[in-house]
Amino acid sequence: MQKTVKRKRRLAAMLFLLPGFLGMLVFLFIPIGASFVLSFTEWDLLGDPKFIGAYNYIDLLSNEDFRSALQHTLTFIVGYLPSVIFLSLLIAILLNSKVRGIVAFRAIYFIPVVSSWVAVSMIWKWLLNPQYGVINYLLSLIGVQGPMWLYDPNWAMFAIIITSVWKDLGFVMVIFLAGLQGIPKFYYEAANIDGAGVIAKFRHITVPLLRPTTFFVLIISLINSFQVFDQVWIMTEGGPAGATSVIVEQIYKNAFSYYKMGVASAMSWVLFIIILTITVIQNRLQKRWIDYEI
Amino acid sequence: MKSSNVLRALTYTVLILGAASMIIPFLWMLSTALKTDAATFVLPPEIIPKNITLHNFIKVSQLMPIFRFFMNSLGVALTITVGQLIICSMGGFAFARIDFKGRNLIFLLYLGTLMVPSQVTLTPLFILMKYLGWINTYKALIIPSMFKIAFGTFLMKQFFMNVPKSIEEAAFLDGVGYFRLFKSIFVPLAKPALATLSIFSFMESWNNFLWPLIVTNDTLHMTLPLGLSVLQGRWETNWNLLMAGTVINVLPILIVYIFAQKYFIEGLTHTGIK
Repeated sequence: MQKTVKRKRRLAAMLFLLPGFLGMLVFLFIPIGASFVLSFTEWDLLGDPKFIGAYNYIDLLSNEDFRSALQHTLTFIVGYLPSVIFLSLLIAILLNSKVRGIVAFRAIYFIPVVSSWVAVSMIWKWLLNPQYGVINYLLSLIGVQGPMWLYDPNWAMFAIIITSVWKDLGFVMVIFLAGLQGIPKFYYEAANIDGAGVIAKFRHITVPLLRPTTFFVLIISLINSFQVFDQVWIMTEGGPAGATSVIVEQIYKNAFSYYKMGVASAMSWVLFIIILTITVIQNRLQKRWIDYEI
Repeated sequence: MKSSNVLRALTYTVLILGAASMIIPFLWMLSTALKTDAATFVLPPEIIPKNITLHNFIKVSQLMPIFRFFMNSLGVALTITVGQLIICSMGGFAFARIDFKGRNLIFLLYLGTLMVPSQVTLTPLFILMKYLGWINTYKALIIPSMFKIAFGTFLMKQFFMNVPKSIEEAAFLDGVGYFRLFKSIFVPLAKPALATLSIFSFMESWNNFLWPLIVTNDTLHMTLPLGLSVLQGRWETNWNLLMAGTVINVLPILIVYIFAQKYFIEGLTHTGIK
């Protein structure tokens, strides 16, 4: 009796999991393995893959394009991460302070989040157009000669950062808002009784209790920033003069423009290792960061 | 008392300025899309066009099969969404409700895939598509994306775990099997979770760029974002045409968003997965 129940259960579980598992096997697990194997080969899709050991990885160390792509990715992160976190936290805190129309505000800030990267990139390309763009027109009104933005190697990455912060602000803000609303009201009420000011309440209640949320946002945004691609490809294709070439753009180019499947795979594994490292560090730090007492 | 008034005024000022900066670029897109060629490059810019025209939308549809791109995007996104709803709710049900050996291990395997950046599978998947002869087919656009199920399965599992045990005990006593239990009781109960999941996967598919870029290069199978990026390459300076195309890409998702706002925001708050 007991045995047949167990068998029936196993059979049911198998049937329910089978479609998803088979799909994952073919389109995810095997490709992950294949990508690892490919990263040790040289292959242009025409002949047979040639095994070359760790050569692709060693070569990446001296690959100028890849190194500058890493550098540009880091530049992106350094500009993007603090800006998006600061601005969205600011908006979230303001929205959490008994204002009217919180639902409407939240909805408006979220509009860029639901729009496609292609649309957003296109709109910003037009706004940032050096000759006819609204932004340089507005700058000219206050007597500033606007830069060439996407056409200037010194400004292109900056333009991409502005666009990315604008698009993602609503998303990060909504997560912060959820975190803020999770802080029990009675902490603030108790602080009010003690006569604490706005700043004291922020420092001693909001900051420590929002730490887990901030940590989560930081990690997610960091991981996503390493994978920045769509906006770069649509706005500059990595240019001008390679100034906005980032890791994923290099993977894309090596695989689908130069047909260097091995090199592209090795690059994607380097990206994977970076993300894995961040995740492992996150797991280690999480305990220390999230254990808080008030 | 006075300083708190100043603080309030400041709060609203910042919030409204921020909200304006979120909306104005979209209004500017619309304004440009409705302008005549001549009015596009007038400085100072006409914020509300003097002559509103649909000419750009007509021209875009003559230059490119934009309606076809639209239908491609819609068909691909809807098919992926329906597929994911079925696969993820089945998987989530098994993980939440059926006790079997190795359950935790398999579930961990599912979750682990969330850590792997999608770029890792890009080259092998492209090779697989080429090998199967799926390049420039709907199959390539739909099937691999249909199996990005780790997050959806997790979401459904979380939901199903909260259903009281007594419901299935009663069902088992009546001699109902797992499949009917799933179909007639759990799926109808899971409507909110299914709504969140469908919004999430529809939006992902509607806005996806990199994968269609890799597996399509003929105009018959292009999706809207890809068609737009091609449009941009060919008519770099025709901004009113580009903006008309962008409106066609943004409008449907905005309309869905306005009606299903709650699910959008909830769905995305729980993720952060690209």
